Amino acid sequence: MTTLGAVTQLLEIVCAMLAAPAFLGWVNQCRAWLQNRSAPSVLQPYYGLRKLFHKDVVLAENASPLFRLAPYVVFGTMVAAAAIIPSMGTGLPLSTAADGIALVGLLATARVFVSLAAMDVGTAFGTLGARREMMVGFLAEPALLMVLFVAAMISKTTSLPLIAEGLTTRALALYPSLAFTAVAFTMVLLAENARIPVDNPATHLELTMIHEAMLLEYSGRHLAMMEWAAALKLLNYACIGFALFIPWGTSTEAGGPESLLFAVPLLVVKLAIAGAGLALVETLSAKLRVFRAPEFLATAFLFAVLGLLVHLLLGD
Amino acid sequence: MSFSYLNACLTVLLAWGAIGLAGMIRPKSVEFAGRTLFPLGALCGIALAVLAVMSIATPVERAVLPIGLPGLPFHVRRDALASVFLALLGGASAGISIFSTGYFRKGEGALPGLLCLEYHAFLGSMGLVLLADDAYAFMVAWETMALSSYFLVTTQHRIPEIRAAGFLYLLIAHVGAIAILLSFGVMQGGSWQFTFDAMRAAHLTPGWATVAFGLALFGFGAKAGLVPLHVWLPEAHPAAPSPVSALMSGVMLKTAVYGVLRVSFDLLSELQWWWGLVALGFGLVSAFYGVIFAAVQTDMKRLLAWSSIENIGIIFTGVGLTIVFHGVGMGALAALALIATLYHCLNHAFMKSVLFLGTGSVLHATGERNLGRLGGLIHRMPWVAWLTLVGVLAIAGLPPLNGFVSEWLLLQAFLFAGDVPHTFVNMLLPVGAAVIALCTALAGYVMVKFFGVIFLGQPREAALSQARDAGWMERIGLAWLALACVGLGLFPLQVIDTLDVVSRELLKLPPGRWGADWWLLAPAAARHASYGPLALFIVTLAVVVLAALGVRLVYRRRVRRGPAWDCGFVRIDARMQDTAEGFGQPIRHVFEPFFQMERELPTPFDAAPRYRVTVGDRLWTMLYLPLGVTVRWVADLVSRLQQGRISTYLLYSFVTLIALLALVL
Repeated sequence: MTTLGAVTQLLEIVCAMLAAPAFLGWVNQCRAWLQNRSAPSVLQPYYGLRKLFHKDVVLAENASPLFRLAPYVVFGTMVAAAAIIPSMGTGLPLSTAADGIALVGLLATARVFVSLAAMDVGTAFGTLGARREMMVGFLAEPALLMVLFVAAMISKTTSLPLIAEGLTTRALALYPSLAFTAVAFTMVLLAENARIPVDNPATHLELTMIHEAMLLEYSGRHLAMMEWAAALKLLNYACIGFALFIPWGTSTEAGGPESLLFAVPLLVVKLAIAGAGLALVETLSAKLRVFRAPEFLATAFLFAVLGLLVHLLLGD
Repeated sequence: MSFSYLNACLTVLLAWGAIGLAGMIRPKSVEFAGRTLFPLGALCGIALAVLAVMSIATPVERAVLPIGLPGLPFHVRRDALASVFLALLGGASAGISIFSTGYFRKGEGALPGLLCLEYHAFLGSMGLVLLADDAYAFMVAWETMALSSYFLVTTQHRIPEIRAAGFLYLLIAHVGAIAILLSFGVMQGGSWQFTFDAMRAAHLTPGWATVAFGLALFGFGAKAGLVPLHVWLPEAHPAAPSPVSALMSGVMLKTAVYGVLRVSFDLLSELQWWWGLVALGFGLVSAFYGVIFAAVQTDMKRLLAWSSIENIGIIFTGVGLTIVFHGVGMGALAALALIATLYHCLNHAFMKSVLFLGTGSVLHATGERNLGRLGGLIHRMPWVAWLTLVGVLAIAGLPPLNGFVSEWLLLQAFLFAGDVPHTFVNMLLPVGAAVIALCTALAGYVMVKFFGVIFLGQPREAALSQARDAGWMERIGLAWLALACVGLGLFPLQVIDTLDVVSRELLKLPPGRWGADWWLLAPAAARHASYGPLALFIVTLAVVVLAALGVRLVYRRRVRRGPAWDCGFVRIDARMQDTAEGFGQPIRHVFEPFFQMERELPTPFDAAPRYRVTVGDRLWTMLYLPLGVTVRWVADLVSRLQQGRISTYLLYSFVTLIALLALVL
């Protein structure tokens, strides 16, 4: 483990934890602008978290220890996921311990815990949300895995930093397979982060909500951890996307410490553009009926599989 | 006689037999069978597991037992493959036997002593199946295994459904056994020697070898529950007492996997790579079919039975991949696929046993198997709930538990298959990986449903508030198996280094490189891929603990209890939670063509509205019922010959004689 690796690793974890709410705030701000509303500050999610951390927790009478444990588990898995995604640099010591498949597994762990916690109190909306979350998940997870597979087959490894490095160091070539998977990945990102058209992060309309329905019974610091984890998840997905599709500019072992200085501002720029793009997609699309969500995700899955077949056919 | 692992293992099997027979001394005493004999059986299981693990790397041992028919003694042989499965049998059965100590109660079906005999005969015969080295000994052990488990399934034989389930099991077990017997018949290759050594030496033409493999796949597939021979599983598992279900699902299905591995890599000297595609195809179909049906079940043990079909599908996918890679001469990948297969066998033995035993405790505490009448048991049965949660997370394939390790290995084998010298296969394999990915994600869905509906939420029946947690022995049994799941998950490299002996033996390979460091799994065949569950677990745990401590230290606000909020709706009751049917609804919706559904929808004018939906297996009506009708029709035809009058039979003899004479002259 090199010093640079350890520094990059720590920097990534801390930055991800601290910056995640800001990224969410940025997306919300862009959305408000596009929708001609007066926009909240980028820092709004931080205010929200501070407020929640200062509130009492009201637990439902029959909430079990699992309910209280879940926010921390979800937060922990999201931080662990952030630690293995090469967002700033590729020399991450922890990423040897978990490759792309393990990353998908970590995200699945978080999803299972959120769903179990939602079922724990035993309310109508909680269980409904859990069911819908798992419905979204069972198609989104294999689609994400397929997206990773295409990138893995191109660079002959499942390790995310090596994929990112492999794609950076190659001559700038257009991979048709990656185009298909980029579409699939965007769809998965929207679905997994409870964004329009699958879910609406701003709604508490009972019949349509998915993610919010699962958090209904949470309050105080537990809710804060859940919200924070959700923000981290969005950031993680964005960074996975960067690593797979626009990895240029991330710091490498070969590049030395100065490459890190260049990588951090570049990441901020990438995030700013991605956040604005996400807001644009959300503004331009309408929410699907819940029953149409599986079709949306099945399309994503098929796109990813198509990308795989294209890769095999063209052999690039 | 000097010490040999083979003799030691045989002694353990014999001890199981003796324990079983001892049960008949006081057949009516629950105390004697439960408190004395089952713990002894568990000790034997631990001994067997230890012996088997120690023996894996030792040379092959053989012996001839002086039992059996005159001139046909039993040949036994222990090699690395047998040792791995013996370790699985010993390790899983130890936990199940400890659990059984507290499980079997008075007045439940057959006499306790008889149960003890059948149970230990079942264990012993499974061991003998793994050690047998001739077709004769193998079939005797195989049939003993089938019969003892049949009697165990029909423990509560006064219930007609259970008798019917038992009959179906027996029927399919025997159809399978016939196919296995025929397969041995083909494999002896004209030498008429039925020892496995003779089969190894026999040279079959590719055609006959294919027939032998096909018959073996059919026969062992019937035992393993490969689609379309799976129909007995969802019937037999709910019928059997839970420890028996655990044993059947966790261990017995693996003997069928052992059989397929034994036949394809050991007994058949030359295998064809495309057999692997057949196994792979059946495996993928089973995995998918199993998991979507598991998602729509409303009976908790039936759900687990379907989940077993899924896991067997994944295992056969691994077997198929191994055959393909081995057949085309890609040794390192074949080893990777084989290790993934064996690893999943081990994993499934432990995690499925945890789940089945968990349902057993729930069944005893509540008397309910129907998911629609359970709920909220985590408050009443915390031990069972938390230990079951380990099994649930493991089988859902989540890191850092064991289910993820075998999934990871299998996906690596799929991913780097790119160089198979058949383009068409190269295109097909990644699609297989997509199916496996889908099945794993669906397994997560199934397990959230399973755990959430049984243990979380509010109790759906008032009687559930009387439920009591399992006894100490049951907890120890569950904890043993759950601990195995954690261990297999956190220390994959140590397990794989042991399993590697098998791949060297079966695939004739040099030792592979599996790790970069003691904690880091990095198979050489998978190029640049590594997985270190221990590090991942420690980091995640550290973050969880630090986050919890940090939040506690900085913000000291109170935690109050209040009624559930639920968007401010009042008069929320337990019946407003999702039911098992409700939780399965998206799957029914998405995969509608696969199910045979009957819906009973209420109209707005019903005085007592009722909603009912039943999901049937299309294969049952499309395949089994026509088959049954045909068999009956043939039987009717044949029965016309049977007149029951002596003069008719004399006429038959006369006609036959005339016909033969005409033929000769």
